[in-house]
Amino acid sequence: MNSIIDGFIKSFSLIINLDKELLGIIFLSLNVSGTALVISTLIGVPAGTIIGLKRFPGRGFIISLLNTFMGLPPVVVGLFVYLLLSRSGPLGFMGLLYTPSAMVAAQTVLAFPIVASLCHSAIVNVNPIIKQASVTLGATPYQVATTIVREVRYGILSGIIAGFGRVMAEVGAILIVGGNIAGYTRVMTTTIALETDKGNFELALALGIILLIISFLINILLHIIQRKGRLKTAI
Amino acid sequence: MSLELVVSNIYKSYDSKSVLRDCSFSFRKGETHVIMGHNGSGKSTFLRICALLEAPDKGEVNYLSGSNILRKDIVLKRRMTLLLPGVGVFNATAFKNVAYGLRIRAIKREEIVERVNRILEFVGLIHKKNQNALTLSSGEIQRIGIARAMVIEPEILFLDEPTASVDQENTEIIEDIILKMRKEGKPIIITTHDKVQAERLADRLLIMQNGKIIS
Repeated sequence: MNSIIDGFIKSFSLIINLDKELLGIIFLSLNVSGTALVISTLIGVPAGTIIGLKRFPGRGFIISLLNTFMGLPPVVVGLFVYLLLSRSGPLGFMGLLYTPSAMVAAQTVLAFPIVASLCHSAIVNVNPIIKQASVTLGATPYQVATTIVREVRYGILSGIIAGFGRVMAEVGAILIVGGNIAGYTRVMTTTIALETDKGNFELALALGIILLIISFLINILLHIIQRKGRLKTAI
Repeated sequence: MSLELVVSNIYKSYDSKSVLRDCSFSFRKGETHVIMGHNGSGKSTFLRICALLEAPDKGEVNYLSGSNILRKDIVLKRRMTLLLPGVGVFNATAFKNVAYGLRIRAIKREEIVERVNRILEFVGLIHKKNQNALTLSSGEIQRIGIARAMVIEPEILFLDEPTASVDQENTEIIEDIILKMRKEGKPIIITTHDKVQAERLADRLLIMQNGKIIS
């Protein structure tokens, strides 16, 4: 019990003193997950919009695939990205394995189905009269799509935040493709796993507390956005 | 050159249920046409086909400019508009809702402000221009719909049951707006199931029954 209390005290001291190693790890985590999220959003929102608005052969299969991939185990994603990027893999010539770029790639694969699928759900649930109204006012198909995306912006934002929550908390994929190299590919979750193994609980606890705070903030943001969206559509 | 609408022998079915049967109609410039009929008589489908929102199974809908038959492209579609029964306001202010049709036509910001303010004044909602349209009453939403349609100055304005599901006070306001538009010579085609309203608003009255125009 004393060691836990001691660990907490030391971890708070690390946070309060803005420990350099701690800040480096936090910055890298936010950088990797943030970049993965931006890429997932740039691909996922247009993909979700097209799947939501267009009818084409294989659409149902793609929707089922996206829904399945939402629950992909991170270690499986890590394994596939590892095989793609390893020296003997098809993308091995790029030399990305054990770099932050490989970690971004793995997290993008994890976040993309969440962003695309939740964007698709938001779009198909929009009142059909909104689409018809914009058509009757002379909107082109592209303008109709942007109008609908604007209408469901709160639902899409929720999807993006859910994607961020998923990648920030995952450890399996980035551990496999990043290698957990100190000062280079070591992020919050992989550090927690490693330091716990070593019995060095101060840093693990400090990062755990920060991860919890980030998670909490994400959830508060999600709640506010959903509430705002609900209020506006309920009136 | 002004727009003329000629509808010839159109048929429409949904799931093998016939909704329109051999409907023909010729739109006369500058007149208010009212299509009257009971619920399910096919008047809304007819209006949607006239407004190029749907295609008929058989027959033709042609827009003419002089003797030329116009292509049914976005240029033609932007010369008309249809106000749907539920309006479909966007999750934005009343001002932004009314400005929508002008914004997508890339009209300059100053002109949008001027035209939207003028039309909001016309429908009596200028004091609510910064209010989210979803928070307005059903009658006010209907007036926003009319303003949103009028602001783009369509050459033909289709109104599908514009006073259905609004209270008496708003019905009178909307009818006044339509009568003002009629006075200004705006070409309008309205559907209604209210006989008294039809007679009050119409220059030309069409009656629909079981998917056919009977008079």
